[in-house]
Amino acid sequence: MEIIMSFVIGFLFMAAVYLMLSKSLIRIIIGTGLLSHGAHLLILTMGGLGGTALPVVADGVSVSDYADPLPQALILTAIVISFAVTSFFLVLAYRAYQELGTDNMNLMRGTEDND
Amino acid sequence: MSLVFLIFLPLIAALFIPLLFKKLGRIHTGWFVLIVPVVLFIYYLTLLPTTLEGGTLVSELSWIPSIDLAIVAYIDGLSLLFSLLISGIGALVVLYSIFYLDKKREQLHNFYVYLLMFMTAMLGVVQSDHMISLYLFWELTSISSFLLIGYWYTRDRSRFGALKSMMITVFGGLMMLGGFVLLSIMGNTYSIRELISQAPELATHEFFVWALVLILLGAFTKSAQFPFYIWLPDAMEAPTPVSAYLHSATMVKAGLYLVARFTPIFAVSGTWIWLVTGVGLFTLFWGSFFALKQKDLKGILAFSTVSQLGLIMSLLGASAMGFHVDNAAETVFKYAGFAAIFHLVNHAVFKGSLFMIAGIVDHETGTRDIRKLGGLMSLMPISFTIAMIGSFSMAGIPLFGGFLSKEMFLTAMLAITEFDLFSMDVWGLLFPVVAWIASVFTFIYSFYFVFHTFAGKHKPEELPKKAHEAPIGMLISPAILAVLVITIFFIPNFVGKWIVNPAVAAIQPFLYDSPSDVHVHVAAWHGSITPELAMTIGIFIIGGLMFWTLRKWQRSYDAFPDKVSLNRLYDNLMYLSDGGANRFSAVYMTGFIRSYLVYMFGFFILIVLSTLVLNEAFAFDLSDLAPIGFYEIVIVLALVGGTITILAAKSRLTAIIALGAVGYSVALFFVIFRAPDLALTQLVIETISVALFLLAFYHLPKSSKKEERIRFKVGNGLIALGVGVTMTLVALSAHSQKILPSISEYYKETVYSEAGGGNIVNVILVDYRGFDTLFEITVLGIAGIGIITMIKLRLTKKEGQHENK
Repeated sequence: MEIIMSFVIGFLFMAAVYLMLSKSLIRIIIGTGLLSHGAHLLILTMGGLGGTALPVVADGVSVSDYADPLPQALILTAIVISFAVTSFFLVLAYRAYQELGTDNMNLMRGTEDND
Repeated sequence: MSLVFLIFLPLIAALFIPLLFKKLGRIHTGWFVLIVPVVLFIYYLTLLPTTLEGGTLVSELSWIPSIDLAIVAYIDGLSLLFSLLISGIGALVVLYSIFYLDKKREQLHNFYVYLLMFMTAMLGVVQSDHMISLYLFWELTSISSFLLIGYWYTRDRSRFGALKSMMITVFGGLMMLGGFVLLSIMGNTYSIRELISQAPELATHEFFVWALVLILLGAFTKSAQFPFYIWLPDAMEAPTPVSAYLHSATMVKAGLYLVARFTPIFAVSGTWIWLVTGVGLFTLFWGSFFALKQKDLKGILAFSTVSQLGLIMSLLGASAMGFHVDNAAETVFKYAGFAAIFHLVNHAVFKGSLFMIAGIVDHETGTRDIRKLGGLMSLMPISFTIAMIGSFSMAGIPLFGGFLSKEMFLTAMLAITEFDLFSMDVWGLLFPVVAWIASVFTFIYSFYFVFHTFAGKHKPEELPKKAHEAPIGMLISPAILAVLVITIFFIPNFVGKWIVNPAVAAIQPFLYDSPSDVHVHVAAWHGSITPELAMTIGIFIIGGLMFWTLRKWQRSYDAFPDKVSLNRLYDNLMYLSDGGANRFSAVYMTGFIRSYLVYMFGFFILIVLSTLVLNEAFAFDLSDLAPIGFYEIVIVLALVGGTITILAAKSRLTAIIALGAVGYSVALFFVIFRAPDLALTQLVIETISVALFLLAFYHLPKSSKKEERIRFKVGNGLIALGVGVTMTLVALSAHSQKILPSISEYYKETVYSEAGGGNIVNVILVDYRGFDTLFEITVLGIAGIGIITMIKLRLTKKEGQHENK
C-alpha cells in the first residue's frame, strides 16, 4: 500500500505544482490546497500505514499494534495551518481582484516605480 | 589598571553622553568628554619610563577562547607613541570642538558618541597584538569615520564623502584581513609578536608575498596613498575638529602604524621596500603637486596630508633597507626609521594646528574659499601667527620642528642612493630627486595656505561674515600645538630619547636590541654645509621664486582634465557596480510570481535529487508493507480522478468541487489508516474550505481560463513532473529506511503513565508537544488578523461573511 501511496503523493504534488505555475490566482490557491493534501499523505505514509488499532489506549492491545500517533499529531497541526493559509489566500485573492480588477498574476506584476 | 579596560574607557564614557546632553544641556557636552582623553593621556605619560627601557606591557581579555580570539593590549614604544597622539591630540580637539560646535544648534550627543567610539577603535588598533581584534578595531575606525564625515547628514556632499571613505577603507580592511589570515596560516598564530619572532621562517613561505601585498593594500587605503587617496579630500566635509583629529593626526596614520608594525616581518622582502618607498614617494609628490590646485583651505590641507603621509610612508619603506645593510645602526641607513617617527610626531602637531586654523577662518569669515580670503593678518593676528608657525614647520624652515625631520628625510633619501640591492643601484637616484621636487611644492603650498589667507588684500565684500579674531577658547588648542612646534625644534633630542627611540626600536628590532641603542643625534646645524642642507637651501630659493610667481602659473592646473581623474574612475566604478547589480537582479527578479516559483521548484528538484544520489539515500524496500484492500483502491481512484478533473476542468466551479472531492478522499484515507481525529478535522475543514472557495468564486471574475501558449504549458508540466517524481522517490525512500527508531514508541508506552491520557494523538498535541499547538493557534490567529485587516481596510457590505468564517 505504501508503494501505491508514494505514487499517489507524487501525482498530487505534480498536479499541485502545475496548478501553482498557472496565471490565474484561483488555480494557484487550488494548487496550494492540493499541495497540502500531498504533504499530509506523505507524512502519514512515512510513519507506515500498518497499525491495526486506533492510537487510543485500550485494554488488550499491544503497543506495536497501534497506528503511529506521531504523524497523526503532525498532520492535525498541518491541516489547521493549511486551512488558515488557504483562507488567507482566498481573501487576498478577493481583495486583490477588488482593488486591481484582475486575477491574472502577470497583470499584477509590480513595476520598478511602484514596488 | 588594565590596559584593555582603558581601550574601552571612551566607549564606556560614550554611554553616558546622550544622558548628559539631555539632562545637562546648559553645559557644553564637550566639557564632560574632555575628561576622558585627558585621563588617558596622563596615564599613558606615566608609561613612558617603561618603554624608555625597552620594556613592554601586556594585558589580555579573553573573548572567545574556543577559537583563540582575545583582545590583547600590548604596549611598546610604537603603540605608546600612537596612544599618546590619540589621547593628546584627542584632548586638544575636544577642547577646540567645544568652541567650534554650537551647543544649541548641533547634535552634540551624536558627535561625541562617534568621537569617543573612534577613540576606542583607534586605541584598539594601535595596541592590539591579536590580528583579528586589530582588524575589528580597524573597521570600527572606518565606521566611526563614516559617521563623523556624515555628521551633517543633510548635506549631499557629506553623505557622498562618508560613503566614499567607507567604501575605500573597508575595501582595504578586507584585503588586510586576507593578509592577516594568510599570516596566521603561515605562522600558526594570531599574535603579531609571535609572528615577528618567527619572521625568518615566514619569509620563505609561498604565501609571503600575498600576505605582504594584501596588508599593504589595507595600509595604503587607510593612509590615503596613491591611488586610494581620493577619499581624503572628500572626507573634508566632516566638521573641522574631525578633520584635524581623524583625517590628519590619527586615523590616516593607522596605515603608517600597520606598515611600521609589520616592518620586522616584511623588511626582508624587496617587494616591500619597493612598494612602500615607491608608493610613498609618489604620493608625496602627487599630493604636494595637486595641493596647489585646491581653492578650499581644507582641500589644500587634505592634499598636504596625503603628501605628508606619503613622505612618512617612504621613510618607513627606507627604514626596512636597514635590514639588508651590514651594521646599519652605525651608517646613514639608521636615519630613515628615526625620521619616519619623528616626522610623524611633527606632522601630527603642525597639521593639527593648521586644521584648527582653517576651521577658525571658516568659522569667523563664513568661507574657506582661498580666492575670497586675504588680508586677515591684521584682523586675526593670533590665528595668523599660529598658522605661520604651522606652515613654516610644514615647509621645513628652521626654528620650527618640521625643519629637523624634513632634513633628516632628505638624508634618508640620499642614503637610498648607496643601497645596492633590488636594483636600487639603478633607480636609487630617482628617490632624492623626486623627494626634492616634492619638497619644493610642499614649500610653495605651505606659503600659499598661509599668505593667500592672511596676507594680500582684504576683500570684506566677498565674505559672508564680518571677519574678526576667534574667541580665546578656540585659540587655546592650536596655540598649544604651535608652542609644541617650536619647542620640538629646541629640544629634539629630548623628544627623540623619550618618544621616538622606543618606537624606532620597535620598528627595527633587527638593528636595535633596546631603545638606548638608537644613536641618532638631531641637530639643526651640522657644522658645515651638508648635501641635505644644500638641498634645503635650494628648496627655499626655488620654492620662494615659484611662490612669488604662483599667480602666473597656477592656472595651468586647469589643463588637467577632470574626465580622466581617479575620482571619475571611482564614480564610474560605483555607478557600474550599483547599476550593474540592479541590472543583474532585474534579469531574474522579473516580478512574475511564476518565475520565482519556477526557481524554487527547480532548485528543490536539483537539491533533493542530488542529495538522494550523492548520499545514496534512495532505497526501495518491499517488506513490511500494509496490505492493499478494496476500499483503498477505490479511494485512490477517486482521488486521482478528482485531481485529473481539477486539471482538466474548463469551469472553475468544477475545479472547486473536484478539490472538495479530493479533500474528502483524503479524509477517507484517514479513516482507513486508523486516524479518526484527522478524518474528523479534515471533513470539517474541507467543508468550510469549499464554502470559502465558492464564496471567492462568486466574487472573482468569471472568465479566468486564459488561452495559454503550449510552450508555457509544457514548461510548467515538466517542472511539475520533476517535483512529482522527486516526491515519489522521497516517499519511497522515507518508507523504506528507518535510520533511527521513532519517538512514537515512547509516546505509546508512556501516554497513560506520564500524561494520564488515552488518546495518544491528542495527548501529543496538548501535552508532549503543547508548544507546537500553541504556535499553530498563533498562526491561525495571525491569519485571522490578516484577513480581518484586509477586509476592514475598506469594508463594503459583503465582506462580513468572510469575517465570520
